[in-house]
Amino acid sequence: MDNFRDLLIVLLMLINLMLLASSRIRYCIKIVAFQGLIVGLVPIFAAENGIGIGIILTALCVIAVKCVLLPILLQRSQIIADVRREVDPFVGYTASIFIGIAALVISFWISTRLPQMEKQVSHIAAPAAIFTVLSGLFIIMSRKIALTQVLGYLVFENGIYLFGGAMLLENGFIIELGILLDVFVLVFVMGIAVFHISQEFNHIDTDRLSQLGDWNAELPEEIKK
Amino acid sequence: MNWYILINIILPFVLAPFLFGVINRTKAFFAGRRGQPLLQLYYDLFKLFRKGSVYSVTTTWIFRIAPFAVFSSIVCVILIMPCGALVSPIGFRGDILLFIYFLAMARFFTVAAALDTGSSFEGMGASREVQFAALTEPAFILCMAALACETHSFSLSTIFSRLSFASWSGEGAVLLLVAVSLMIVLLAENSRVPVDDPNTHLELTMIHEVMVLDYSGPDLGFILYGAALKLWIIGSLVVGVALPVNTGNFFLDRFIFLGGMVLLAVIIGIIESVMARFRFLKIPQVLILASALSILALILQVRF
Repeated sequence: MDNFRDLLIVLLMLINLMLLASSRIRYCIKIVAFQGLIVGLVPIFAAENGIGIGIILTALCVIAVKCVLLPILLQRSQIIADVRREVDPFVGYTASIFIGIAALVISFWISTRLPQMEKQVSHIAAPAAIFTVLSGLFIIMSRKIALTQVLGYLVFENGIYLFGGAMLLENGFIIELGILLDVFVLVFVMGIAVFHISQEFNHIDTDRLSQLGDWNAELPEEIKK
Repeated sequence: MNWYILINIILPFVLAPFLFGVINRTKAFFAGRRGQPLLQLYYDLFKLFRKGSVYSVTTTWIFRIAPFAVFSSIVCVILIMPCGALVSPIGFRGDILLFIYFLAMARFFTVAAALDTGSSFEGMGASREVQFAALTEPAFILCMAALACETHSFSLSTIFSRLSFASWSGEGAVLLLVAVSLMIVLLAENSRVPVDDPNTHLELTMIHEVMVLDYSGPDLGFILYGAALKLWIIGSLVVGVALPVNTGNFFLDRFIFLGGMVLLAVIIGIIESVMARFRFLKIPQVLILASALSILALILQVRF
């Protein structure tokens, strides 16, 4: 079972790398859903003194929200906004993978500096969690489309959840359920926002949204009209 | 030295062209054709070795020695490659780097000869080949480094004789990463489908095939035979990692190894049938991902 758990966590890290490399939004949503499934499964494998009803319920909630509900919402807004792929992000895909590799090395280094926990799920869970957090943040920073940024936020949240789950924090799961609700509401609101933005401007490119303003002093010509 | 060590050398030379037959048959099966005979490459080689060569007047001696240089450096690799868990005739400490550089030398001569023809078409292929090679080599070397750490040895023969199914249950994640990474390296180095298409002659999309367009007769034969042996070499690495059988029974082990090689050829055929070639911009990303996999394997191996 140990081996299988490690394999799951390694798969989680690979998903981060794949996410950094892929431009198709539909595909990104799918692999983030898959990551949600893995993250939801980790606490079940982590339970040392028997699998209780509470753990199974939490895992089911997490999987239902992260693997089914949120991807469906995101896919709906992707269809409504009609964006297929992120065409030119701030950081290109090849460079993103290089940065991903650097983040991987850094997160392993950071995890050696953490105080040694007596009971933790697996010794690679902490670096995997830090790596997931870092790549989520990087996706938020480096992509322009609002949908991809939401995906980055989800990855970031997956990382935090994995960290809590991996370190077997006391009462971590109750807090986790609260956070899950927040994430759900956020993605819901983002879906509506993305819909309205794309209705208004025919694009959801957040980079170009920075030109919005009430005054029309320094605006480019096409917006003044 | 025991007599059976010679099987390390005999097997690749005899059976390497057969793998191409298996790949082609698998592709034909998926396309609904009967396909060429399994031994087609043997017939081709036999035909080519009986013919004479034609040389362009713009070429120099580099063009003429290149096929032999390529073939002999690949033969050198065959001499140090173990065949599954069987210790190779000339294995020594550090040959995990040497064999990669023998393959690089083969590539150097192919590229030099391609540039020597003066055709802009071949120069383009040479440039692409070198670009992708620069990205595959780190993945290749890091895979070897991870394996070396796993088995605490720097020789191919000892690495592959120390790997076993026990190492899969202990370090499954590392070996899986290395196997996947080596598989991508295999496809890139042998110019198979997701990276390059071996069947597109005279298309602008090809990489490796374009560099050998000017060869004919025995020279082309040596190049084709060398390509088959190279597929065998890297394939035997993949099989050695993915299927580390060491039962002790000599014939059973070799039989399972050969079965693994045929299975690998079938898998390559399936990959070529179900996937399209990647766009050129996508290929470096895939190769860097392969490096990322092997870096992850190395980190997991070194740290834990």
